[in-house]
Amino acid sequence: MQTLINLFKNNLREYGMIIALVLITGLFWFLTDGVNFTPLNLTNLILQNGFILVLAVGMVLVIITGNIDLSVGSVVAFIGAVAGVLIINMNVPVWLAVIIAIIAGALIGVWQGFWISYVGIPSFIVTLAGMLVFRGLTLWLLDGQSLAPFPDSFQSISSGFIPDLFGGANLHIFTIVLSVILSLVLVYLEFNKRRTQLQYNFEVAPLWTTIVKLALLLLAINWFAYQLAQNKGIPTVLVIVIVLIVLYTFIMKNTVMGRHIYATGGNKKAADLSGIKTKRVVFWVFVNNGVLAALAGLMFAARLNSATPAAGNMLELDAIAAVFIGGASMAGGVGTVIGAIVGGLVMGVMNNGMSLIGIGIDWQQFIKGLVLLIAVGFDVYNKNKG
Amino acid sequence: MSDYILEMREITKTFPGVKALDNVNLQVEQGEIHALVGENGAGKSTLMKVLSGVYPYGTYDGSIYFEGQECQFKNIKQSENLGIVIIHQELALSPYLSIAENIFLGNERQSNKIMKWKDTFSESKKLLERVGLKDSPETLVMDIGVGKQQLVEIAKALSKNVKLLILDEPTAALNETDSENLLKLLLELKQQGVSSILISHKLNEVSYVSDSITVLRDGKTIETLNAKEEEISEERIIKGMVGRELTSRFPEHHPNIGKTIFEVKKWNVYHPQQQDRKIIDNVSFHVKKGEIVGIAGLMGAGRTELAMSIFGKSYGKKISGELYKDGKQIEANTVSKAIEKGIAYVSEDRKTYGLNLIDDIKRNITLSNLQRISKSSVIDENKEVIESQSLRERLNIKTPTLEQLAGNLSGGNQQKVVLSKWIFTEPDILILDEPTRGIDVGAKFEIYTQINELAKQGLAVIVISSELPEVLGLSDRIYVMNEGRLTGELNKDEADQESVMRYMTGTGGTRNADVN
Repeated sequence: MQTLINLFKNNLREYGMIIALVLITGLFWFLTDGVNFTPLNLTNLILQNGFILVLAVGMVLVIITGNIDLSVGSVVAFIGAVAGVLIINMNVPVWLAVIIAIIAGALIGVWQGFWISYVGIPSFIVTLAGMLVFRGLTLWLLDGQSLAPFPDSFQSISSGFIPDLFGGANLHIFTIVLSVILSLVLVYLEFNKRRTQLQYNFEVAPLWTTIVKLALLLLAINWFAYQLAQNKGIPTVLVIVIVLIVLYTFIMKNTVMGRHIYATGGNKKAADLSGIKTKRVVFWVFVNNGVLAALAGLMFAARLNSATPAAGNMLELDAIAAVFIGGASMAGGVGTVIGAIVGGLVMGVMNNGMSLIGIGIDWQQFIKGLVLLIAVGFDVYNKNKG
Repeated sequence: MSDYILEMREITKTFPGVKALDNVNLQVEQGEIHALVGENGAGKSTLMKVLSGVYPYGTYDGSIYFEGQECQFKNIKQSENLGIVIIHQELALSPYLSIAENIFLGNERQSNKIMKWKDTFSESKKLLERVGLKDSPETLVMDIGVGKQQLVEIAKALSKNVKLLILDEPTAALNETDSENLLKLLLELKQQGVSSILISHKLNEVSYVSDSITVLRDGKTIETLNAKEEEISEERIIKGMVGRELTSRFPEHHPNIGKTIFEVKKWNVYHPQQQDRKIIDNVSFHVKKGEIVGIAGLMGAGRTELAMSIFGKSYGKKISGELYKDGKQIEANTVSKAIEKGIAYVSEDRKTYGLNLIDDIKRNITLSNLQRISKSSVIDENKEVIESQSLRERLNIKTPTLEQLAGNLSGGNQQKVVLSKWIFTEPDILILDEPTRGIDVGAKFEIYTQINELAKQGLAVIVISSELPEVLGLSDRIYVMNEGRLTGELNKDEADQESVMRYMTGTGGTRNADVN
């Protein structure tokens, strides 16, 4: 029992958010008479929130370094406009337009990272300027008009699904197969980790906690996959998001770059004196954020099937809120990719659920604001108490 | 009653584990300049914090009498109301406000919360005349030099009708002319009836202006010297300051000294902001393999600045000079280059410059040399645990797990983590800046043992310390710094506290190394 309490206490941040997500989902399950759990709605949930999750992954890195990026909403609009002009007006092939758009995102990151890292202007100011600059450029590029429609191949970025190789009739069999494979991989990884730790004579968590944890995780994954299989299977968006989660979790947890990012945010002076080139770290984190914002911009434009001047308005605030709900600290040095994703899902489930039960946009904003305040307030309270 | 303006009787102040003040008595006569001297850590600042109410009544034992009345200050405001004003070493001025605004900061000339600008400026002008500052009261504080800023602080004190002025190292940051002006001002204020307590390391200044001198050592009053009739020599003061046996014990050390491994030649460094101020002046020194070299000096002598400027130019501007390792000239313009060349620097301020307090022990230990536990940039977390576990055992870091956050450790254990971190970089030259500051005697001994052990393995170790016994107890050879210059070099057998103290205070200059 004591181990369980300790395990919970030490991971209060992570577990707390997951529990909050489960509770909120449960609340809406109750309020919507289970509509939010239908296969169709779960698929929608992913399609609606994919780009916010992508933005949250980029944003959490920025926030861990102790910075902020207010410009991503405008960058989303700008990249959508670039793609629209290239594909619709200039008939550039979709694959080439996508590459150009991603490079444009990287260049935006270079621009902002330069001012922040090497000139030393606070990121709040640089990206506030960026928010205006890129919104302005979007309006100029689109001449104030919307551009539509995009060709099907471009739309499939956000509305496509993984085809069923097994041709299931009512059930998307490939989805089930993938989820079983994923489950097996997770089981292997977990036990492999345990085995090496035992080899080195490290202390390991009791076997039963590992099994319970794994069982809950696998249950959630397979149930979710089964629901998706009842609809159209796995959306392309979900694939993109999962790839990003795996990649960035690995970078942040297991690579030298990840360590440098945490160290820069945790104590910049100490990081400098440890031989870390903190300016370079912050610069590349902004370049990375530009690339991910561009990807989100493409997903957003594909979903709307148009490039519009008002696209992505306030999106930066959703991404920032997701990161803070996910346990990151304003002062830097703290935060996880998984946390940011869970935070994004909390926001997404609330948006979706409140729309389903017909709460107006006014009260939606109001409630989301309070949830952000309470989530972070809870965090601060815990920290002060501990 | 006597004509003492201030009497502090049997003041005892304890911090967890340390007795900072032990039955200290201080008596200041009406209208005198009373100097308070002692080594770093002797308890001078603590005593002044007790007096001014920074440590409120009830957190210390003993009693304070001011003008014959017993005082029980709960905060600084109360002591200031009685006319006791303390000016700290780091000036408490707001750079973007004018001189006049600073003088009346927190004490504004006002009527019903509305500023009375005319009074503010006219009254400041009068105060500035008293301290001999000719600048307009509308000048911004950031536009005047440190010397003048010090005068503004005094004017601010005068605006509060100061009766007892306390100055903590007022001349530490000043050049000679400014220092002299300041001391003359103190003498003038004395004529006007303002008593003052002067805390200073500069013994020539002390013997120049003081009427009496109280010596503190290890939190105890040693003696009060009367300087009214006859001048007290600096030698006499030094004797009082250091007259004790080595109190902390040092592990036995049998040096096995090899060839010269690291050399610094003609090193010059300027202040990062005030670029005409030379912080390090033509310093040259060397260290041999297996040798422990101490660098002694008082606060502000430039020891940390010297070390940090060598370590990847982490401090200062316009750095010039040459570094040699194994006889070959090396470049170490960035910290990562310096680490690559085998230099490690353990900062004096472990919380600000040494550790990421919100990260765990093992990640702190490996941070400066992640290559050692990674393959093509991917970290092997198992190797990380093994390596940091072995350092934890070697240095006896007391913690339940390696996942403990560095911020939750005690000072001694934090210091061991920082030391582990730099041992992990496998350096050839290890610079330790105040390696035992603020840690208890037991942990000190363990750190000394590690330092000896590292030297035995062939590292060149440079120890910077403000504690004389530590420098004397550890080092095979000692360099002494004063105001940015090396003023002496002593071998273990010729060094004692008094000789080092003479070089430290810049008074014993028979041998001025590297000064042309």
